[in-house]
Amino acid sequence: MTHRTARTRRTFLKQSAALSGALAAGTLGAPLIGRAQAPAIKLGVLHPVTGPLSYSGQLCRLGARIAIDEINAAGGIRSLGGAKFEPIYADTPSPQAGTSEVEKVNEQGVAAIVGAYASAICLATTQAAAKYNLPHLVDVGVADQIVERGMKNVFRFGPGYKKITEDAVKYLQSMNALAGNPAKTVMIIHEESLFGTGTANLLSQELPKVGFEVREVIKHANPTRDFANIVLRIKTVNPDIVIPANYYNEYALLVRTMRQQAVKPMAVFSVLGGAASSFKFVDEFPDVASGIIDVNHWYNPKNKDALALRKKVEAMKDQYFTYEVFLNYETVYLLADALERAKSAQRDAIIDALASSSWDRHFMPYGPTKFVNSQNTGAQPMTLQVRGKDISVVLPPAYAETAPVFPWKG
Amino acid sequence: MPDPSILLAALLNGLTQGAVYALIALGLTLIYGVLHIINFAHGAALMLALYAVYFLYARAGVDPYVALPIVAAAMFGLGYALQRFVVGRASHGRDENILLVTLGIAIVMENLALAIFRSDTRTIETAYTFATVNIAGALIPVAKLAALAGALVITVLLYALIARTDLGRAIRALARERQGARLVGIDAEHVFAMSFGIGFACLGAAACFLMPAYYVNPTVGSGFVLIAFTVVVLGGMGSFGGALLGGFIVGIAESLGGLAGMALGLGENMGQLAIFVIFIAVLLLRPQGLFGARA
Repeated sequence: MTHRTARTRRTFLKQSAALSGALAAGTLGAPLIGRAQAPAIKLGVLHPVTGPLSYSGQLCRLGARIAIDEINAAGGIRSLGGAKFEPIYADTPSPQAGTSEVEKVNEQGVAAIVGAYASAICLATTQAAAKYNLPHLVDVGVADQIVERGMKNVFRFGPGYKKITEDAVKYLQSMNALAGNPAKTVMIIHEESLFGTGTANLLSQELPKVGFEVREVIKHANPTRDFANIVLRIKTVNPDIVIPANYYNEYALLVRTMRQQAVKPMAVFSVLGGAASSFKFVDEFPDVASGIIDVNHWYNPKNKDALALRKKVEAMKDQYFTYEVFLNYETVYLLADALERAKSAQRDAIIDALASSSWDRHFMPYGPTKFVNSQNTGAQPMTLQVRGKDISVVLPPAYAETAPVFPWKG
Repeated sequence: MPDPSILLAALLNGLTQGAVYALIALGLTLIYGVLHIINFAHGAALMLALYAVYFLYARAGVDPYVALPIVAAAMFGLGYALQRFVVGRASHGRDENILLVTLGIAIVMENLALAIFRSDTRTIETAYTFATVNIAGALIPVAKLAALAGALVITVLLYALIARTDLGRAIRALARERQGARLVGIDAEHVFAMSFGIGFACLGAAACFLMPAYYVNPTVGSGFVLIAFTVVVLGGMGSFGGALLGGFIVGIAESLGGLAGMALGLGENMGQLAIFVIFIAVLLLRPQGLFGARA
């Protein structure tokens, strides 16, 4: 179910711009004292823009930058006299760098932090920010430990991997049931870090409860230069469904090798798959990507604001509309809403405003925002399938653009 | 005991993957093994060569194998210039300086690539990207068989260059006795730069064989550089045959180790552990490497 108010983001931006313009022109009655420009609100934008995660980190920064530019162009934060965001961009390629960048942006007097993409980096940055009671909005960071440490300054807008894995199991079961339960066995291929291992462990516990036999779980290194052996093993074990949980490069190599070795399970059903939710992969390898299913962060495909942002990003040279972009975009807007209501850029006031947030003018399929113990309780993943040259939401039914095709006979 | 057909397939996969490692290590064995220049920029140079192959294919439609002479020549020029005008001048012949200078070059190259090409992973899809050859039931990718052939040919060419040409004799002389080589009139700076250039040209060739089956991004080289050093030390410093054999051993150890790791439920990454177990064993039993001469 969507819970959007009649007032969309567009109208909000237009009204903000008009109001700010009117205030600046002094046409709304009360004279402005001294007409001084409201002090800027410094915002720490922390992402790994160099190093192995730089592709994702740069997309994260792009999403945050678009939102900041839009909000500033529309007149800034109205309740603070049109105060504009002054972003302080920092590079956090590792947890250690994350900690030191939090120290630096804190010294520079930021009101809040948005970031820092990878779970391990978010664990470090949230902890460092907690020392200064500095509001930290987590953009992606799916490890649930990030929100389970009782830190009052941490707010995660998107879902964690426990929620994503539970939904993935539920959707896989319902898809299988709809097809007459043809699939009975699965094989999980995961990368070796916190994200892949945690996801694989949860899947291994949950899948047998709904009738799937987990034939084998294979861990691989980052980077893995060759997937031939893993694909040989898939051939030997011959599972009905292959579940990868890994990053883009390894994901792409794995499914390319599967195609090369003519391995065709009933489905490649990914959980937080690196490539299956990537328009770049679909563009580059449409035949390989075709039919792949992924349970991942996604926007409400029926929302006009989401489609407008997608168009805007795709019009940029060599840019793709990925979850890194739209999650960061929405996280900045979540902060803007909290600042509007807090009427203050003080850290305590922002934390209180975020904790009581019921923000619903976003385009994610989450409903009104409600934080319980740092986590937005309405956040949920979508099940996506590559169909032709596009990625379509196939589950849950309330957001589905088309029905899932399972088993895939491509 | 795994199925013999799976074992054969894993062996062949290891052998062909090992050929890719050997290709990358051949250039290094000339630079590091013969001249003892510790070139930490080897991985970053491979990355640049992979970008060259990518752009030639994506922008000009030049097939990676057709691009081989172009990329090898360009990489030779880059290597020659780097040694002659940067590494040689900045290091003043001291090993610790060379190490730091090449490390600095690697950082500059990677960050330049990040600024110019951005951090995207790029791949190419040629007509033979998914083509395989059936060898006793094992489907071996055509691109990897081409890499195997390429590794054999380049090994022979390098061997001939070192054994039969004046340049080769000059390189060997410099490797043995630098001062003496200078005294008999060898232009040491030129020969060092030529060796560096040839090492980089080998990387150019390796990139042409690697790109159809792999990808490129600014950090791709770091995944290969440690393997390349392992192959060179394993095979014996300065031995091209050793680098080839070292590459095969590393590839097969990784493949069979991965297979055993999966069978035991320990994960495919056991293959990487197997590489270093063999490496340590060789260093303990034969410290000079398989084909290296005793000091």
